[in-house]
Amino acid sequence: MRVNLKYRKVAAIGAGMTPFRRRFLETPQELAWEASRKALEEANLELKDIDCVVIGSAPDAFDGVHMKGEYLAHGSGGTGRPVSRVFVGGATGVMTAISAWYHVASGMCKKVLAVAEEKMSPGRPHPQAVFRYIWDPITEKPLNPNLIWIFAMEMHRYMHVNNVSKEEIALVSVKNKRNASVNPYAQLGGEITVDDVLRSEVLVWPVQLLDVSPVSDGAAAMVMVDGDVARRYTDTPVWIEGVGWTLDNTTWPNRELAYPRYLENAARMAYKMAGVERPQKEVDVVEPYDPFDYKELHHLEGLLLARKGEAPALLKEGFFDKDGDIPSSPSGGLLGVGNPIAAAGLMKVISIYWQLKGTADKMQVKRPVHTGVAQAWGDLMQASTVIVMRN
Amino acid sequence: MESVGIVGVGWYGFSPHVHDLSFREMMFEASQRAYYDAGGINPREQVDAFISCQEDFWEGISISDEFAPDPIGGAMRPTMTVAGDGLQGIAHGIMLINSGVADVVAVESHAKPSDILTFSKIMELAMDPTYIRRSVVNYHFIAGLDATKFMSRTGITREDLAEVVVKNRSAGLKTDRAPFSALLDKEDVLSQEVLVHPLTALDIARPVDGAIVVVLASESYARKFNDTPIWINGIGFATDNSNLELASLGEAKYVRISAQNAYSMARLESPLKVSGIFVDDRYSYKELMHLEALGIKEVADKLREGYFHRGSYLPVNPKGGHLAKGFPLEASGLSLLVDAVEFLREGGESAIVASWRGIPTFTGGVVVVRR
Repeated sequence: MRVNLKYRKVAAIGAGMTPFRRRFLETPQELAWEASRKALEEANLELKDIDCVVIGSAPDAFDGVHMKGEYLAHGSGGTGRPVSRVFVGGATGVMTAISAWYHVASGMCKKVLAVAEEKMSPGRPHPQAVFRYIWDPITEKPLNPNLIWIFAMEMHRYMHVNNVSKEEIALVSVKNKRNASVNPYAQLGGEITVDDVLRSEVLVWPVQLLDVSPVSDGAAAMVMVDGDVARRYTDTPVWIEGVGWTLDNTTWPNRELAYPRYLENAARMAYKMAGVERPQKEVDVVEPYDPFDYKELHHLEGLLLARKGEAPALLKEGFFDKDGDIPSSPSGGLLGVGNPIAAAGLMKVISIYWQLKGTADKMQVKRPVHTGVAQAWGDLMQASTVIVMRN
Repeated sequence: MESVGIVGVGWYGFSPHVHDLSFREMMFEASQRAYYDAGGINPREQVDAFISCQEDFWEGISISDEFAPDPIGGAMRPTMTVAGDGLQGIAHGIMLINSGVADVVAVESHAKPSDILTFSKIMELAMDPTYIRRSVVNYHFIAGLDATKFMSRTGITREDLAEVVVKNRSAGLKTDRAPFSALLDKEDVLSQEVLVHPLTALDIARPVDGAIVVVLASESYARKFNDTPIWINGIGFATDNSNLELASLGEAKYVRISAQNAYSMARLESPLKVSGIFVDDRYSYKELMHLEALGIKEVADKLREGYFHRGSYLPVNPKGGHLAKGFPLEASGLSLLVDAVEFLREGGESAIVASWRGIPTFTGGVVVVRR
């Protein structure tokens, strides 16, 4: 990868979200429209001002629509203009923001609307059924694996290699659901204890019900514009300073699951572009992808915000609390806000945008923030996307 | 935006049924050929980013991008998927180069429709679930509506459509990528039973298996790999209204918008000023509709005068188009681009490539390329 730093400056100037809920009655197009409208309103722009639309959505089968990018174009304001859909499984949400960034940074467009939507609840009997078709059709599919099985393997491996206990991991769920309790968009915020997590139903050991984010529907949208344009519309633009993404190989059983090396690669790319040399000292707030509680710790290490195996200890000390050194998931993350896959990733970017803009309201972290990082993860435990923003 | 060079192309397949290779093996073969064509580059070191264009439902795999990195050398590198036609992937590659993230990008797309047992059922799933899905029993019906409106507006006749079929299927005999090429005459086409008015089976291109990889490089890097890069001077892509009931039937608005953007980027005054046009002809009438949307006036008259035939002033689909080659789903745009690259390497000065994603969508892309 090269980062030549010859690109134009790009700023985020507006964002909008639907609440994340299970079984919305609205269609995917309507959810996308609601998020897009709010983002345009915050940016003080109208749809006719938008040059290009970037859409992000994860497996097509959730919405049950083939060529979902075309389908979502209608609700996302993509009529009569360049529109395309990008896709890296669960890492799609942040990739949508990254793609919007390079639409502007390349000079192709001046004002871009990035929209991510997912409606998981129509999956019957459960959205897990869609994940039955993510495996190698020859070597893995005949075994009929369940997605939670492989994450149980990864969680177990992470606990074993780093000597981490279930109690230490449960603290992530406690923290994120507490943070989400003041987030108006959140589906599953609340005050829970480590005991609640440990007493919840075992799904696949060591994964228990409260270790996992909920099934959700929702959409998120963001407006990104050229640096010159940004100053005309807002006094508080948030600058996109670094982007990075990596896909590891497909054969996950051959990999060391205790550490996300693909994330380290993506993070190094983004940090290099943003000029971040000492992430732990320079990053003020972070939104790592947390569909499972152990994943937040896993990702904090991959993002180089903690050494390998040290994230649980730092979490216990309060380092990642809302009033800690590097607040992690102050929005409540996927565990608290919900997990409409692609929309959840863009929600992470929007959360950092609101933190840096100072409009996060009750979610606003206590310390002043200057540099924020959002991250998403997906595919067969092989994809990561990272974005670095500054105010 | 700076021009981007095509420094290598590789393809594999173009058979109604590639039975001995999986889609991943086809991707590998195509990428090896593209990297060899680019001067024998090592993708693990010399390609900065990888883009794969594919759709879950065609693959029969949820999250199909999982399988993108390994066969093209993109593992542990910036690799991503654009769920769209290959030309949209090219646009994303150009943006990655122009934003400074990459100097060399590999764009891949593939199709294995021979693995799909229920093609028309999958097409059905692309229709809006609330309003359209249950109303359209045969997706060619939408093309029939579109063709009828186009023909009544422009005065194009059944004979003109037959002429397109004859022209393209015979042009395909000049390449080794065209399994459906044949020497026909107009009567062969007109005597066929109408499948959906006004189209016969010969007016409709068939799906085909294939994989294509295109290697793009920035201006400063292109000549390091290849003495004769093909330059992309302009690119545009657009969507008309994606809801069938609201889209403009009878005209290709998506190509018109795409062409305007591509021409202004390439500073191309008129489509008549290029040496060849490679345009999506998934249905025979679509070739003429897309030519009109590219800004060519009196398309029917020009066709009748032999304007678009191979060896004429402005050959259209001189390598046969989709009617001769078949259409490899998401790789369709790249297949036309590969034709254009070959055409330019054989001596053509410049070309326009225009692609369409196919029924029921209203999305397309246009690329202006020069030698």
